[in-house]
Amino acid sequence: MADRFDWLNPFASINLGIGEWADGIKGWAIANRAMIQPLKTFFESVIVRIENVLQAVPPMVMLLILVLIAWQAAGRRVALLVFCCLMVLGLLDPAAWALAMTTLAIVISAVVLCVLIGLPLGIIAGKSDHFERAIRPVLDTMQTIPAFVYLVPVVMMIGIGNVSGVIVTIVFALPPLVRLTSLGIRTVNANVVEAARAFGATPLQILFKVELPLATPTILAGLNQTIMLSLSMVVIASMISVRGLGNEVLRAMGRLDAGKAIVGGLGIVMLAIVLDRITQGLGRSGRDRGHRHWWQTGPVGLIANLFQTSADKEPKPRGERL
Amino acid sequence: MADQSHDAVIRCEGIWKVFGGKPQEAISAIQTGGLTKEDIRDRLDCVVGVRDATFSVGRGEIFCIMGLSGSGKSTLIRHINRLIEPTQGAVYIEGRNVNEMGAKELRAVRAEKMGMVFQNMALMPHRNVRDNVAFALEVRGVPEGRRREVARRAIEAVELSGWDHKYPDELSGGMQQRVGLARAIAADPTILLMDEPFSALDPLIRRQLQGTFMELSAELQKTTVFITHDLEEAIRIGDRIAIMKDGVLVQIGTPEQIVTEPADDYVAEFVGGISKLDLVTAARIMQPLGRYEQNHGAADTASWLAAAPSDKLNALVDLAVATDHPILVVADGAPVGVVTKSALLRGIQGRDESCQRQAEVA
Repeated sequence: MADRFDWLNPFASINLGIGEWADGIKGWAIANRAMIQPLKTFFESVIVRIENVLQAVPPMVMLLILVLIAWQAAGRRVALLVFCCLMVLGLLDPAAWALAMTTLAIVISAVVLCVLIGLPLGIIAGKSDHFERAIRPVLDTMQTIPAFVYLVPVVMMIGIGNVSGVIVTIVFALPPLVRLTSLGIRTVNANVVEAARAFGATPLQILFKVELPLATPTILAGLNQTIMLSLSMVVIASMISVRGLGNEVLRAMGRLDAGKAIVGGLGIVMLAIVLDRITQGLGRSGRDRGHRHWWQTGPVGLIANLFQTSADKEPKPRGERL
Repeated sequence: MADQSHDAVIRCEGIWKVFGGKPQEAISAIQTGGLTKEDIRDRLDCVVGVRDATFSVGRGEIFCIMGLSGSGKSTLIRHINRLIEPTQGAVYIEGRNVNEMGAKELRAVRAEKMGMVFQNMALMPHRNVRDNVAFALEVRGVPEGRRREVARRAIEAVELSGWDHKYPDELSGGMQQRVGLARAIAADPTILLMDEPFSALDPLIRRQLQGTFMELSAELQKTTVFITHDLEEAIRIGDRIAIMKDGVLVQIGTPEQIVTEPADDYVAEFVGGISKLDLVTAARIMQPLGRYEQNHGAADTASWLAAAPSDKLNALVDLAVATDHPILVVADGAPVGVVTKSALLRGIQGRDESCQRQAEVA
């Protein structure tokens, strides 16, 4: 042993067996499959239901809804852009719209779960330095470890399909939401929080009435990143049999069909632009919008104005009338 | 002291605040070894914020704490509503120890008994003026209709009617601080804590807001602790003033006491530039009638102009220019003292050369 041990290159002769040990995770995953199955069926049915709804809406109606949402969230210019992107998406290929809706269903499921997991984690991380310090390396790992590494254990445990696809997507897309929620909470003006304390607010009231509203633009920036990263995972997720635009790209790659790959790829890009612009519009602060409530602008504001008599409008300074 | 403290709304007893890892060691080092603030910082890596502060504020009184930045005055005021925990000592609000309250009781006291105004306004940018003002009521679960009504009245009191639906960033600095003031008085608290409320404003707006505050204060009779780094503001507003330096309350007294009897050179330097005209009274600079007659022989005081003991120097100057005689000080119809022209001039200068400190006239 000693004669073959090379001090200049010790690593070649030391084998701690980490690879074999880590492979045990796979064995454990397989052994515990049964435990996971009820959860899997539940989530599978949720995803399928979302997809069914999205597929059931006629494309032009869905397009109109998305354009109206964009108008409400981000204004007319963005609405126009969203309209153009969706038209391009639809015209790419006769099957493209349906594939995009499948992908959208996966992305929506992943993002909703990311919010449910990431927002509370981010709030805790924003409040506690210890937790922030503990969670940071975990988030780093989630973002940098190649997806293929956890693809296999996840498939072993849960099996191929949408649920695994969503889980793999969450692993990759969750970190920015946690990070930016924490950042948002941390950068809330300490003076305002102190004032809330001085006026007798409970910690929960401070969180919901002061910290979260003030952190909202930052949190929405995190949500935007989470959505973008979810979309960027669709091709990898399609390797474990998730259907949609990603699958199209993967299949085209296998057949060296550049044309089909471009169609699928462009579809993902169009979907990304649409989701990005809408969520960016949400993130504008109240000051940017001129302190109007969301129901006072966009299509809702337009309709509300039609039905509103002048008496219901924002109360004018009174005094003379009394 | 005892009879005063029993009527005190706020009573602070021996408050120490030391920031850093070894606060107790720092306190004992100062108490026994007489170390200075710098020694503590260098040797124990602790910062002494407040050092053995004891004072009480009576009902309806305006108590000013004056000091330069870094003197610990903002730290001290935050002990009153326990935004900061003292290292040692206790604060009593109407006889109840704030430092022994549970979280719930403390929140109730903060929301119902105390209103606070901050130097940087600290308004909530996502809430309009009305919702900012009604915040203390909202956290106590007061129903919406009542909240609106109370907020409307508070906004009216600070002359901002019609701005209810504007947001803080649409208001000027002075108006923002009016909102801060309205927020503090909205819940009709017993105590107002004012942490340099007007320091960030330009001089003209500051005087305007001081005026608004003094009118409100005269009307509402709130017990007020008012922090400022501006001695003139303290003198204008305060019933009593505490001068703070390096965490120590150097002197506590009425504006007249502070100006005429500074406790040490530090205070003396501060008050040097302050005009005595509206502060010092005839009682302080007059000579008793008996001593005047000893020195100058019996005087024919009938032709002299008369002033009351509480008249300020400004009024005495007006009298003095109208006569060649000294001014007679009359209390309850009986002449008690004489203010000569030289005594008046020295009084304006702030030096009292002719007469020793006089006992206050009843």
